[in-house]
Amino acid sequence: MAKITFITSDNERIELEATSGSVMQLAVDNGVQGIDGDCGGVCSCATCHVHVLPEHVAKTGEASEIENDMLELDDNVSEYSRLCCQLEVSEALDGVVLQVAK
Amino acid sequence: MSVQKTCVVIGASHGGVNFATALRKEGWEGAIILIDRDPEIPYHRPPLSKAYLTSTDGIEAYHLKSEESYIKDNVQLKLGVEVVSIDKENQQIILGDGTSQAYDKLVIATGARPIIPPIKGIQTAAHLYPLRTAKDVEDIRTALLNSVAKNVVVIGGGYIGLETAASLKKMGAEVTVLEREERILARVTAPEMSTFFQELHTANGVDVLTSKNVTAIETENGVNTVFCEDGTSYQAAVIVVGVGILVNTELAKNIGLTIENGIKVDATAKTSDDDIYAIGDCTYHFNPHYDRFIRLESVQNAVDQAKVAAAAICGKSPVYNALPWFWSDQYNVKLQMVGLSQGYNQVLVRKDEDLKFSIWYFKDDVLLAVDAVNNAKAYVIGTKFIKENKKIDKEKLIDTSVDFKPLNLLQS
Repeated sequence: MAKITFITSDNERIELEATSGSVMQLAVDNGVQGIDGDCGGVCSCATCHVHVLPEHVAKTGEASEIENDMLELDDNVSEYSRLCCQLEVSEALDGVVLQVAK
Repeated sequence: MSVQKTCVVIGASHGGVNFATALRKEGWEGAIILIDRDPEIPYHRPPLSKAYLTSTDGIEAYHLKSEESYIKDNVQLKLGVEVVSIDKENQQIILGDGTSQAYDKLVIATGARPIIPPIKGIQTAAHLYPLRTAKDVEDIRTALLNSVAKNVVVIGGGYIGLETAASLKKMGAEVTVLEREERILARVTAPEMSTFFQELHTANGVDVLTSKNVTAIETENGVNTVFCEDGTSYQAAVIVVGVGILVNTELAKNIGLTIENGIKVDATAKTSDDDIYAIGDCTYHFNPHYDRFIRLESVQNAVDQAKVAAAAICGKSPVYNALPWFWSDQYNVKLQMVGLSQGYNQVLVRKDEDLKFSIWYFKDDVLLAVDAVNNAKAYVIGTKFIKENKKIDKEKLIDTSVDFKPLNLLQS
């Protein structure tokens, strides 16, 4: 079980718990504003962009090359950016806080 | 006292489902009823020919949204139900079971259905399937599993046919693709891309045969023989048909809505009736970037029009202005496409590596579209240049010694 927190662009804080699946699907299923996941999680649309809290980067690891390239679609990209369809829910993510990109 | 209004949506796929969610987010307080003839909880369609076909998963692994999220959003699902007609005078729809459902706003998101071409013997062929629904895929899986010979003929060398061929090969089938045109993907890509995919499939052991016009299918003891115009024939335990779609416009046509290649909608996704909207594959809509009316078969358009229609119904004045994008996954190749190449007069290829390149479609100096193979960077750069109408330096574009960044490619 991992607790995952989203902060939306309206500063709404949404705390969710999950055991498996992608972080994007978790967000979509719970109506987290700003996470669309239009391509279904195959890293093709960049509509699930989040910024990982800097102190939590160790939990998520680093983005792959294709993910980094896709993130460039968004002008708000930062070194803490991830496409959350590429984050698989696991114990390692427990406690992570993700700011939904504007 | 305010009277609660009802919004009815016909079609619960990418368009309908995203519309329902967006409508709630826009503040619609009345009922939202989502109707589809498919009995399954709505699911992602793109994986059907890819991950879903090759897996043993149930379709629940590919749901667009969890079942609970419909309850949470107070969206009523009516699945496995056919809509027979629309009665626009009385603002109601008539369902297959004879009941009716009143609406204040109606959204037609009926999509399209596969073409089953009028080939002699096609109606009596064994294990012949289109690929559009979860059930189609389950039928194909089962038929392949039960077949000893495991030989499959795919009729049609478009994206659906080729993705299906790649998946079936992965599942251990012996696959032959029969394409009527002189090259595969002829309708949608440049010859360079057709050649690449032809070679990719060949290297993976799939026979991709072009200029093969299927004229008849004969079936004996559950084994099909597929005959082509050139006299050749191919045996198949399973046949998959992927030769294109027909837009589901009948409900709209029967009540006199304007139909032109699809259900004609304005920039807010509204049809010629003020209380009826249409979204997704079934619409013929204006694309401001390309300055013409188009019909698209894509997730992107379904989702974007869904958001526009939801905003419009809730009293906002949105304008549909999206750049089309698509993707296809075959073997180890990820193809990403942006823009519409129709009308191009020049094609440039940027080749970074054998399996990493991009094709750039120009009309004179104007970049129209990009097809990127295993090259998300090219896809992203292409998107930015097209969206911002910026001119690209063609010499630098194809020079791989130039660092691949937007700033370096700007025409000075």
